[in-house]
This record gives sequence, C-alpha cells and structure tokens, in this order.
Amino acid sequence: MNRRFSWFNATSLTLGFAFLYLPMVILVIFSFNASKLVTVWAGFSTRWYGELLTNQAFLDAAWVTLKVAVLSSTLATILGTMAAYVLVRAGRFTGRTLFSGMVYAPIVMPEVITGLAMLLLFISIGLDRGVTTIVLAHTTFTMCFVSVVVSSRLVTFDKSLEEAALDLGCTPFDAFRSVTLPIIAPAVISGWLLAFTLSLDDLVIASFAAGPSSTTLPMKIFSSVRLGVSPEINALSTIMIGIVTVGVVTASLLSKRSIARQRAEEQAAVRTT
Amino acid sequence: MNLRRLFLIATPYAWLLFFFLIPFGIVFKIALSDYAISIPPYTPTLDLSQGWAGIREFLDGLDFENFTFLASDALYIKAYLSSLKIAAISTAITLLVAYPIAYGMAQAPDEWRPTLMMLVILPFWTSFLIRIYAWIGILSGEGFLNQFLMWTGITSQPLTILNTNTAVYIGIVYAYLPFMILPIYAALEKLDISLIEAAEDLGCTRIQAFWLVTFPLSRPGVIAGCFLVFIPALGEFVIPSILGGNETLMIGKTLYDEFFANRDWPVASAVAVVLLLLLIVPIILFQRNEQKQREAGL
Repeated sequence: MNRRFSWFNATSLTLGFAFLYLPMVILVIFSFNASKLVTVWAGFSTRWYGELLTNQAFLDAAWVTLKVAVLSSTLATILGTMAAYVLVRAGRFTGRTLFSGMVYAPIVMPEVITGLAMLLLFISIGLDRGVTTIVLAHTTFTMCFVSVVVSSRLVTFDKSLEEAALDLGCTPFDAFRSVTLPIIAPAVISGWLLAFTLSLDDLVIASFAAGPSSTTLPMKIFSSVRLGVSPEINALSTIMIGIVTVGVVTASLLSKRSIARQRAEEQAAVRTT
Repeated sequence: MNLRRLFLIATPYAWLLFFFLIPFGIVFKIALSDYAISIPPYTPTLDLSQGWAGIREFLDGLDFENFTFLASDALYIKAYLSSLKIAAISTAITLLVAYPIAYGMAQAPDEWRPTLMMLVILPFWTSFLIRIYAWIGILSGEGFLNQFLMWTGITSQPLTILNTNTAVYIGIVYAYLPFMILPIYAALEKLDISLIEAAEDLGCTRIQAFWLVTFPLSRPGVIAGCFLVFIPALGEFVIPSILGGNETLMIGKTLYDEFFANRDWPVASAVAVVLLLLLIVPIILFQRNEQKQREAGL
C-alpha cells in the first residue's frame, strides 16, 4: 500500500527515527568530549580513545570476546545450517517434533534461564568454566538463529534444482555443494554475521558460562556501567557502533548485488531452456 | 535410511539434546533439591557408584519445598506480578509508538523503503547493552533530558527518572521497538489500497476507514509484534539492572541475584521453572498465531 504520504506520516517517521537514533548520536558525540564530565561539552578530544587503548583489562576482554565470537559463530553456522536442512529437507523421522521444538525454543527463552541451565550442566559434568564453556553456550543459542535464517531461504528455493543435479549423477553431497550451497550462501553468511553479533553482544549467558579468569567485553562494560557513565565506555561504544554500521551496510550492499546477479542468472537459465 | 542422512540429523540433534534439553532437566532437578553449604551448593547429589540404593536415596531427597517457599514469600510473588505488569505496559506503549512509524513506512514512496527498513534493522545489530547504556546519560539528574527541560523552562528542578520504573519502560520501548515495527509494517505493506479507497468511496472518513479497514487488516502484525515484545520483556535482566532502581522488581533480575549474590542455586532454579511456566502460555499462543498466518497465506 502506498499513496498520500501525509504530514502525519512524515512527522511520525521523523520522531520515530529521532527516538531510535538520538541516544546513539549523543553517545558518539560525547565520546569525543575533552571533559571527564560526560554531560558537559568541553571541546573536542580523542583522549578517551587513547586511554582505552592502553587499558589492558579492556584489551584482554576484547580479545576473549573476539575469540569466542569467531569460534562460536562458525560452529553455530555449521550446526544451524545442518539443522535447517534437516527441518526443511529431511522429511519425517522419529523425534522430529522434539527437534523443531529444540531449534526454536532457545530463541524465545529468557537469557537468564538459558544461562543458568548451561552453568548447571557445566558444573555437573565437571567442565572448568572459561573460554570453552562460553563458546559452547554461545554456539547453542546462536545456532537456532542461524537455522531460522537459513531455513527461510531453503523453503523458498526450488527443490527440483537439487533433484536435477541428482538425476544428472551427482552424489547427494556434490549436489549440496555445487547447487544448494551457492544458492543459500547469502543466508548462511548473514546467519554467521547474526551469530557473531549476538555472541559479541551477549552479557547474561556469558556471565553464567564464564569462569573467574575469563571476562568478555559486555561483562566488563556492565560492571563499569554499574558505577555510572564513563567517557571510556562512550569511546568503546562508539568503536563498536562504527564496526557494526560498516559491517551491516557492506553486507546489505553485497547481498543486494548477489540477489541481482542471481536473478539475472536464473532468467538467463530460463531463456536457454 | 543411509548413514549420511543419519549423520546429518544426529549431529544437530545430539548437540541440542545435550546442551539444551539436558540442562533443563538439571534445572528441574536442582529446583527440587535443598540448599546446602557445600560444593556444589545443593543436596542431594546423585551418586551412581552406589547403584540402586544411591538412586533411591537421591529421589527421596527431592521435594517441592522451594516452590512452597516461593509461593509463601511475598517478594517472589510481587516480582512475578511486577514483571507481568511492566512487560504488559511497555508492550502497550511500544505498540502506540511503533504503529505510526510502521504506517509511515508503508505509506512512504517505494524508493525510500529499503533505506527505511535498514534504519529500523540497524539498531538491532548494535549492542543491546550499549543502547541501554546510552540512556543513562540522557535520563540522569544532570542528563540531557533534564538539561533540555530546564533550558526550555518546563521544569525548574531536575526530574528523577533514572533508577525508576519510568526509565525501565523507556528502556524496554526503545530496545524492542524494531520488533514491533517490522511485523506491523509487513502486514501494512501487503494491504490492498483499493480496499481503503472503496471504504472512502462508500462514505467513510479517513479515520473511519483506518479503524474499519486498515487496523483490522494489520491485526496479525500487531499481535505478532506484541508477543515479540512481551515475551523477552518478561524475563528481561539488563534493562532493569541498568536503568531500574530499588523499586524495580523484575523476575529475571531476582533470579540473577538469587544465583550470584545469595548463591542459593535451588531457589534460583525454582524461580527459573516458574518463569518458564509463565512463558509457556504466551509462547504457545504466539506459535498458534503464526501457524494461523501461514495457513491463511497458503
């Protein structure tokens, strides 16, 4: 539907987006504030970025967070893609209902419950808490998001393409690799990105799964936020907002291009047959 | 059934069984245990080396004491009720804020829409913690909102907003707004414009046409959006602990404190079990709503 873009529509969009973006804009601007007082502007400075880069505790936490995010999102992408494939393509098997329930449940589960459950598992199997346990916990809850993203792509694409490959003598694995995977690749990549950002961002599950020796960046931010606003956290937030913005904009441009190319190829294929 | 298929199904299945289902079993078990000053801090613990006798002794040690404790302690009942209230009120406010935005997006020229969509989705990719943190500087006593209000002369004294329930409402609305905008926009975008034109031709005013045609047709999106906000808001931990104050009681925070501050694992587990039970009803309703939409779409 669209017609008559009224003043009312324009006002609600302007106010709405102002509400969504103003807090972040203020945060970014005040990360360049020279004063330690976070709400009074005292001139431009990059001082807090310098202090951030010499703060060993933050650097260590950033390193742990990055390691966890890369490992868990990669594992989650593999497992989540498998789960999506099973849900969409594997047909009926014993315990399918339980399986699909387990795939969707972690998405709606409050983080405090997932975190608590994970921690109790790690303790009862005697696994020492640290980077490994955070990776395991993050893999479990992010694989479900990957599987939702990938399965929404799998349901929309034509199964007969896979069947044609099989008829032409491909093994099921070859058919997956040379037909299915290229088609679902954008969804797999955005699934990975989603898992990566969820892992980077997670505070609650990480606090349960982390041991005393491993602190992630959100945990570090949370403990300093409880003491109030600090210009260093503003600087750190600005860096993280910057990375995400660049990443999302690039990813959306890339996917736009790859969708356009795919459409062109599909049309070309239709014309030649 | 060949081996490859078995491997494909078994790998994610086994992972989820071990890391998702079994942990919940453990939560249930510990919810039935008693607090003890030991490592791990609960009793009984299962000792399989003693065979059947060990299992018997373990089962005898389980009881519903923690649940009767929750039911008898006003703090927990209040925390559950107050979570329900905060989640419900903030869902309603989010709907009121989100609807005009989604409506504006659906009315916007076609070439704007991808950009508008991206502007709605982008905050979702930005750290939740940072977005909540950003509000401290705005809502605090000497924060930007108070500076602005005093500059315009609306108030002469700074308002206390940070560390109150009002701040929690603002935080939840802000954090979950995209979840409400997207399904409503999806419903409005599909709407056939000729229906509204027909209503107006038949003598409806614009406002009547909105209430009689547009709003009912967008209801599936509204319902989906409300669930998407209400369900996570109910178990919210980050927002009440950063923006809330002493008066803010939310069950997610109670659970966290029970576990980390009081180290009472059995009670924390029992709180988790009850929260899960509270969530089951809205989750099932949400699934049924989605199912109905899918069937209607076919």
